[in-house]
Amino acid sequence: MAAEHKTKLSKNLLRMKPRRAFMQRGLDSETKKQLEEEEKKIISEEHWYLDLPELKEKESFIIEEQSFLLCEDLLYGRMSFRGFHPEVEKLMLHMNAKHKAEEVEDETVELDVSDEEMARRYETLVGTIGKKFARKRDHANYEEDENGDMQPLKAKKMFLKPQD
Amino acid sequence: MAEAASVAAECLAGCRARGARSVLGQVVLPGEELLLPEQEDAEGPGGAGERPLSLNAGARSRVRVICGPGLRRCGDRLLVTKCGRLRHKEPGGGGGGVYWVDSQQKRYVPVKGDHVIGIVTAKSGDIFKVDVGGSEPASLSYLSFEGATKRNRPNVQVGDLIYGQFVVANKDMEPEMVCIDSCGRANGMGVIGQDGLLFKVTLGLIRKLLAPDCEIIQEVGKLYPLEIVFGMNGRIWVKAKTIQQTLILANILEACEHMTSDQRKQIFSRLAES
Repeated sequence: MAAEHKTKLSKNLLRMKPRRAFMQRGLDSETKKQLEEEEKKIISEEHWYLDLPELKEKESFIIEEQSFLLCEDLLYGRMSFRGFHPEVEKLMLHMNAKHKAEEVEDETVELDVSDEEMARRYETLVGTIGKKFARKRDHANYEEDENGDMQPLKAKKMFLKPQD
Repeated sequence: MAEAASVAAECLAGCRARGARSVLGQVVLPGEELLLPEQEDAEGPGGAGERPLSLNAGARSRVRVICGPGLRRCGDRLLVTKCGRLRHKEPGGGGGGVYWVDSQQKRYVPVKGDHVIGIVTAKSGDIFKVDVGGSEPASLSYLSFEGATKRNRPNVQVGDLIYGQFVVANKDMEPEMVCIDSCGRANGMGVIGQDGLLFKVTLGLIRKLLAPDCEIIQEVGKLYPLEIVFGMNGRIWVKAKTIQQTLILANILEACEHMTSDQRKQIFSRLAES
């Protein structure tokens, strides 16, 4: 008998979201949707917007830089001559050499080991590493030559069907 | 300057944008528009309307071009904002190279990455105010020195000369400078020593003197033991063993802007004798 006749609450009250949300009980999903739509309408009418056509931003391929460092290769600003300030002279060599070294590095990449040697090493490397992971039965395949080089793998012994 | 006058007349009469490649090494005036090489090809000679057939009609390979000091981007073209000679540098890696205007001025505008000489004008709390010749003094924190910690403060007084580089320098913010590089090493930056003489020259002269193949510096270095520091803000600090030598050096550097190479050689030979 308690709540036979629901108290009719105003929409604004129903819209409020207090902590306990006991007011929400009065809202159905339909009324909720209606309330949301009306809210959106009110908001969109009040909001200001620019009535402009959509501008497509073009990707530009020109970059603006205000620094002269990119344009001209300038030397380091501190200089010392004839041993007046030895530390600065060391710095000069260091900074100007670094500057030139960067250019040189781009051109040539010095090889420590020649290509042929690399190929030879890889040939034997495959054998030694493979041996590490091979099971005991496969150890027979890895026979060592007199020189210590790995011989290529022999053909595995397959089951031969008896010929009639 | 008949050259500049004829160039200006042609430009005003034609009112047509010129190709950047055709103007390299010539004097350009503010307001001119320059076409980049790709656009030149598309417009065709004389704009007859015939376009060469290409397999990829839509996809034109766009190379990144950098427009340096004195130039601005204006749509697809370059707009000249300073008068001077147009220069170009071919790219090292990918990209379309750099275009810039070789102009002359005395007033310095702070640019990020530039090494400058500043004078400490004030010390407020943890920050030094350094005058670099720009529109406002740059700020330099006391922690931006090599080996500086909160307990170990650098020994910087008002009136000291500082050689540092900018980390923040744009038209909207106060410029900030530091005396260490990105790894935390000083690399020659910091307080410049005692004595010596600081004087001001034009910005173009600094760039001319710092060029890799500068004869002036090579000749100066043969005179007597000396030390020079160049700041990109137009300030040079020199020091030699005696005051007279320092003054001679300062006079040479100031005057060499307007001397021909013959006059310079005469002066050097006279100095070498005495």
